[in-house]
Amino acid sequence: MSPETNPLIARVEPEKRSRLFWLLNDTYEMMRRSIRHITRSLDQVLSLVLFPIMFLLLNRYVLGGAIDTGSVSYANYLFAGILVQTLAFGANYTTINLAVDLKEGIVDRFRSLPMASSALVVGHIASDLVRNVISSTIMIVVGFAVGFRPNASFTDWLLVIGLSLLFTLAISWLSAILGLLVKTLEAAQWIGFVVIFPLTFISSAFVPTDTMPGPLQAFAENQPLTHVINAVRSLLVGTEMGNSAWMATIWCIGIIVVSVPLATWMFRRRSSK
Amino acid sequence: MTASKITEHAVRVKDLQKSFGTLKVLKGINFTVKRGSILAVLGPNGAGKTTTVRILSTLLKPEGGTAVINGHDILTEPAGVRASIGLTGQYAAVDEYLTGEENLMLMGRLYRLSVADSARRAQDLLTLFELQEASKRPVKTYSGGMRRKLDLAMSMIASPPVIFLDEPTTGLDPRSRIAMWDTIKLLAKSGVTILLTTQYMDEADNLADNIVVIDGGKVIAEGTPNELKSKVGTDRLEFTIGKSSSFEKAQKAVNSSTLQADADRRVISIASTGGIPMVRSALEQLEKAKIEVENISLHRPTLDDVFLSLTGHAATNEEKEPNAATKQKGKKK
Repeated sequence: MSPETNPLIARVEPEKRSRLFWLLNDTYEMMRRSIRHITRSLDQVLSLVLFPIMFLLLNRYVLGGAIDTGSVSYANYLFAGILVQTLAFGANYTTINLAVDLKEGIVDRFRSLPMASSALVVGHIASDLVRNVISSTIMIVVGFAVGFRPNASFTDWLLVIGLSLLFTLAISWLSAILGLLVKTLEAAQWIGFVVIFPLTFISSAFVPTDTMPGPLQAFAENQPLTHVINAVRSLLVGTEMGNSAWMATIWCIGIIVVSVPLATWMFRRRSSK
Repeated sequence: MTASKITEHAVRVKDLQKSFGTLKVLKGINFTVKRGSILAVLGPNGAGKTTTVRILSTLLKPEGGTAVINGHDILTEPAGVRASIGLTGQYAAVDEYLTGEENLMLMGRLYRLSVADSARRAQDLLTLFELQEASKRPVKTYSGGMRRKLDLAMSMIASPPVIFLDEPTTGLDPRSRIAMWDTIKLLAKSGVTILLTTQYMDEADNLADNIVVIDGGKVIAEGTPNELKSKVGTDRLEFTIGKSSSFEKAQKAVNSSTLQADADRRVISIASTGGIPMVRSALEQLEKAKIEVENISLHRPTLDDVFLSLTGHAATNEEKEPNAATKQKGKKK
């Protein structure tokens, strides 16, 4: 190859843009990368809704008849719980994807570039949001098929979507922290389940909390998942709202405020070791 | 690029020190790389090669000392360093789900190239590295050699003046290894400064203008491949003597100043620097003395020889080395 046609010799200069432009560009590029991962591995989305669908069917048809949910049908009661569980499982992919990146050395490559280092984590979280939109849509369809009949207005639906995205954001940032803590891929895969399973059971997801024993009930009624579930349920099927919407919002924002700087700090620390 | 940044040395490393816990990995590393040359950092696993590259590419902070890459200090101007380097690590750091082309485009944008420049260079590099046919396929479907090539292309996308290659051929089959050597030579011809690490003497010999040998976190020798080899011994011609009984006699017959004898293996050897006359004379002497020669072979200095002669211990010490390597790997995470 002659020097003229050897692209290695050709010099190329970076574009001159502002720092803010590059911060947004890096974030956009990493979001696009993570979202491409979804379309290239649709089996991930399918396996993601498999558990919630199984839970929906088992609870609805096996346990449902024995659970007293008062004036609302069990299908209507259950759906909010299943939806929030789906969102929580979906956010677990940030844990897994971050662990994969850290293991495969691509983080080193990104960190040796003149890019904003926070963009990688933000990219994974953005893909959680997209993945959760897909999986929630699937769950709503399945819900309708098994007797979920919401009476929500258009505004209620918008609020449900808004709260769902806020909740995904919060739990994805928590997942990022888990992803930076675990040392192996296997651990990344089970740690989410170990945390999310008990949290969804000790909440108002599948059964009303008032039959639980004292301390468990106290925990169940005050943990963030219950607030989110109660708010979503109230918007969808008109159960009592109380202060759950506010509490859910405060919890989510609180989690984001704490976990964003923590995850960013941990990412820098972890990847520079 | 400002005039002040065009210095004779693209890389200057001064007294680098680093520990992981109680394990002191780098104990004051010094070397320089001339602009446009290839430097090989040669050493066994656990010698501190990867740690050095990680510090030079700003992934790790040294505890002591510093380095200047393309006029930018790694401690005070890490962003300038990152804009000047391309890094190809030990494991191909490519995105499995993206296609080859998408990987290159992503790198281009992250290196702050315009969309048009990224696209143009991506196509040029895909052609150069003979990956254009596979360019629309996810990297998952690539072979090991193709991944390494893509990896290298990705570090070249912004035409950085300095390239770090951390063990670029480890784990490659012999054919891909030769192909990688050709690619590295092609890079060097384009005027890029290359710092590569390797555990193979032949790789350093084949590619490098200069070699720095490190062991136990210290530079133990440096020079051109020829200087280094003459320091540790030259190519040797080995004669395996047929019978142990004639071994003593054979040594007397050859009678060379460079003679070495290994009675256990029944091998005598002489430096092969004398060319054909020397070989002929040695063979004639052996024939005259009626000594049966079972085998004649040429022995080139290996990394083991280098280490043996420089440090008194073998490079691939079975007991020590894997241990040191795992220790270092564990801490890298």
